[in-house]
Amino acid sequence: MLKLLKPAILVTAVFTIGAGFLFPAVVTLFAHLLFPNQANGSLVKYNGAVVGARQIGQSFTSPWYFHPRPSAAGNGYDASNSGGTNLGPTSAKLINGAPATGGSGGFTGIAQLAVEYRKENGLPASTPLPADAVTYSASGLDPDISPANAKLQGARVASATGLTLSAVDAAIAQNTHGRTFGLLGEPRVNVLALNLTIARLKAAGKS
Amino acid sequence: MTTNSIAQLALYCLIIIALTPLLGRYMAKVFQGEKTVLSPVMVPVERAIYRMCGVQATDEMSWQVYAAALLLFSLLGMILTYVLLRLQGVLPWNPQHFTGTQMSPDLAFNTSASFTTNTNWQAYVPEQAVSYFSNMVSLAIHNWMSAASGIAVAIALVRGLTRHSGKSLGSFWVDMVRATLYVLLPLCMVYALFLVQQGVPQNFMPYVHAKTLDGQMQTIAEGPVASQEAIKMLGTNGGGFFNANSAHPYENPTPLSNFIQMLSIFLIPAALTATFGCMAGSKRQGWALFAAMGAMFLVGVVVCTTAEQHGIPAVAACNVMVKPTGGQPGGNMEGKEIRFGISDSALFAVITTDASCGAVNAMHDSFTPIGGLVPLSNILTGEVIFGGVGAGLYGMLMFAIIAVFIAGLMVGRTPEYLGKKIEQYEVKMAMLAVLVLAASILGFAALSVVMPLNAHGYWNPGGNPWFNVNNAGAHGFSEILYAFTSATGNNGSAFAGINANTPFFNLTLGMAMLIGRFLMIIPLLAIAGSMVKKVPVPATAGTFPTDSGTFVVLLLGAVVLVGALTFFPAMALGPIAEHLQMIHGKLF
Repeated sequence: MLKLLKPAILVTAVFTIGAGFLFPAVVTLFAHLLFPNQANGSLVKYNGAVVGARQIGQSFTSPWYFHPRPSAAGNGYDASNSGGTNLGPTSAKLINGAPATGGSGGFTGIAQLAVEYRKENGLPASTPLPADAVTYSASGLDPDISPANAKLQGARVASATGLTLSAVDAAIAQNTHGRTFGLLGEPRVNVLALNLTIARLKAAGKS
Repeated sequence: MTTNSIAQLALYCLIIIALTPLLGRYMAKVFQGEKTVLSPVMVPVERAIYRMCGVQATDEMSWQVYAAALLLFSLLGMILTYVLLRLQGVLPWNPQHFTGTQMSPDLAFNTSASFTTNTNWQAYVPEQAVSYFSNMVSLAIHNWMSAASGIAVAIALVRGLTRHSGKSLGSFWVDMVRATLYVLLPLCMVYALFLVQQGVPQNFMPYVHAKTLDGQMQTIAEGPVASQEAIKMLGTNGGGFFNANSAHPYENPTPLSNFIQMLSIFLIPAALTATFGCMAGSKRQGWALFAAMGAMFLVGVVVCTTAEQHGIPAVAACNVMVKPTGGQPGGNMEGKEIRFGISDSALFAVITTDASCGAVNAMHDSFTPIGGLVPLSNILTGEVIFGGVGAGLYGMLMFAIIAVFIAGLMVGRTPEYLGKKIEQYEVKMAMLAVLVLAASILGFAALSVVMPLNAHGYWNPGGNPWFNVNNAGAHGFSEILYAFTSATGNNGSAFAGINANTPFFNLTLGMAMLIGRFLMIIPLLAIAGSMVKKVPVPATAGTFPTDSGTFVVLLLGAVVLVGALTFFPAMALGPIAEHLQMIHGKLF
C-alpha cells in the first residue's frame, strides 16, 4: 500500500494541475482569441446598455412585446437559478395550479395558462394552442418559442405597437430559424431577437 | 415517431457506427503501447509524468494491486474534493462569495462521492452554491480522473480475458495517463472550442446584471463553462455547470451543439467494444457486444419518443396541440426546450441513461410515465447499453460471462469465453456484482419510503424521507426509486423534483454511489485476475461461438431477464401504476 501511496498522491497532483488549471487556462485563452463574444456570454446591447444575453431567455410582459414560454427558474427567468417545474403528468398542481401559501408564491397551472394566453391574444377557446405556449421549459431560460406560438401573438403585438400585421409577421419570419441543416432540432424564434426587431421598428415609426 | 426523428436517429447511428472502429482501433494501439499519430507529441509528456510521479511504466500489477491503486487514488481524490469544497470561501475565483455554508459537510460528502464515482449527482443548485474554482478544479478534475480510471478498469478486464496464462493486468497509472493524454485531452480541446463557437461561455466574470428590454432586472450566471462541458459529456460524467444541465442554453445553446453532445456521450463507450475486439484478436467479438447494445438502444428510443410525442391527456384537454405541425412540436413539452423539441429531448434522455452520463437536456421528472420508464430501465440494466466510459464495457462483459454460463447450463457443457473456461469463481463474482447493485437500489429505496424521521431533526428537517418528493401518488415513489437507481448506477440524472439535499439523502445516496462504483469494479477485477491465469483451450465443434447472432440474443436475454426479474415489482409501483392512473385521468 505504501508503495502505491507516492504515485497516488503525485498522479492526483498532476491531474489537479493539468485538468483543473492548465486545460481551462488554455481553453480560456483560445476562446477569447477566437470567439471573444461567445466566451463572454454573448451579451446583447441595445442603445448602449446590456439588455441580456442572446441565448438566455428573459421575461416580457408588456403587450407590445412577444412573450416567452412560462418559466420555473426562480420567480421566472431568473438566470442565476435555472430549472424546470419537475412536476409529472399526474400532478394536479401542474394542471390546475396551486394557491400562494405563507411560505411560497402561487403556481399557475397549465389550464390557467391556456385561459390567460387565449385572453391576452384575443383567441377563442376553439383555437388549439401550440404545446410550448402553456408549458414550462426545462431550464426556465428557454430563449425560443415555436413559430406557431409567435404567429398567434402577432395580432396583439401589432395592435399594441401600432405596426401593421404584415410588418410584425415579417419580423417573425426574419427571426425564425429552421432546423439546422434542415434536420436537427426544431424550428424556433428567439424572443429577445424578435423583440429587438420590434423595438427598432417601433422606434423608427416614432421618429 | 416522425420522419424527422427517424432521420435524426439514423444519422446518429451511422456516425457512431462509422467512428467506432476508427477510435476503437486507435485506443487498442494506445493501450498496447504501440505508436500512434499523437506519439511524437505525447510520448515526451507521458515520460515526464512518469518521472515526476515515480512510476515505472513497465511495472505491471496483479489484480489486487491494480484494485488497490484505483481505490487509493479514488480515496485521495475524494478527500481532496471534500476539503476544497468546504474551503471554497477562502479559495479564488469566487465572485459570488459562496462559502462552506452552501457546501455543508453532508452535501460536500455527497458531492465528492458523486464526482469521484463518475456519477455527478448534484443535490445542490450549482449557480447558487459553488464557486468557479469549485466547478473548474474541485469537481472537474474528477471528470477526467473518474473517466480515465473507468477506461483503465475496462482495459484491465479485457487484458484478463485476452492474455494467455499471464499474471498481471497492466499498470493502473500507465493506463490512466494514456487514456487522458491520448484520448480525452485531444478530443476535449477541440470539443471545448467548438462549444464556445456555438455560444457556451468561458469566462471568470461576476454574474452579469442586465436591465432587460422590458425594463426588468435579470442576473445572469456566467463562468468557465466550455472547458467543463467538454469533459462532462465525453467522460460520461454529466455534472452540469448550471442546475438545468444541458437544458441550460449556456451549456447547450443550439441543435448542433446538442447533436454533438449526444455523439460525444456514446463515442468512447461504443469505440471500446471495437478496442475489445482488436485486443481479443477478433473484431466480431466486439461487434457482437455492439449489436446487443445497439438493439436495446433502438428499442428505448422508439418507446420513449413515441410516449413523449403522445403527450399528456390532461394537457390535451385544455385544447393544446399534441400532433406536431410545421410550426410547433406538439407532444409533452413540459420540461423541454423548444430548440430540442420532442425528438431530441427523448433521444438525449435515452442516450444519457444508456451511458452512465446523466447529463439531461430535458427534465425527466416531467416525462410521461412510459417516457420516464425508459431512462429508469436503462439505468437498471446496469448501464450496459454502451454505458459509461469503460464502465459500459466491463458491465457488458460481466453479462457476457453470465450469458455463456446460462448457455453452458442449457447444453451441459463447461462454458467458455474467448477460449477460456468460465468456472465457479467467475460466475460467483459476476453474480456478486449484480446482487450488490440490486440490493443497494431496492434496499435504500425501500428504506426511504418506510423509515420514520423526526420533523425539524438533523437527518431530514422535513420529517419522513418520503415527504421530500415533489409529486404525490405513484410518481413520488418513482422520484425516490430513480434517485437510488441513478446513484447506484453512477448515472447522475434525476427525477429532480425530489429534495435530496438533506443529511439523510446525502448520506444514503453517497453510499449508494460508492457501492455502485467500487463493489462492481472489485469483483470484475477479481474475474480479470482469475481469467488472466487461464490457458485458452482450442475451439472445437462443441464450442459456443460468442461472436454469433445466437450469442447476441442470449446476451440480450441475460441483461433483460436479470433486470426485469429484479426490478419489475418496483417498476409496477412507480411508472406502470402512474401510466394507468394517467390514462384514467387521475391527478394527485
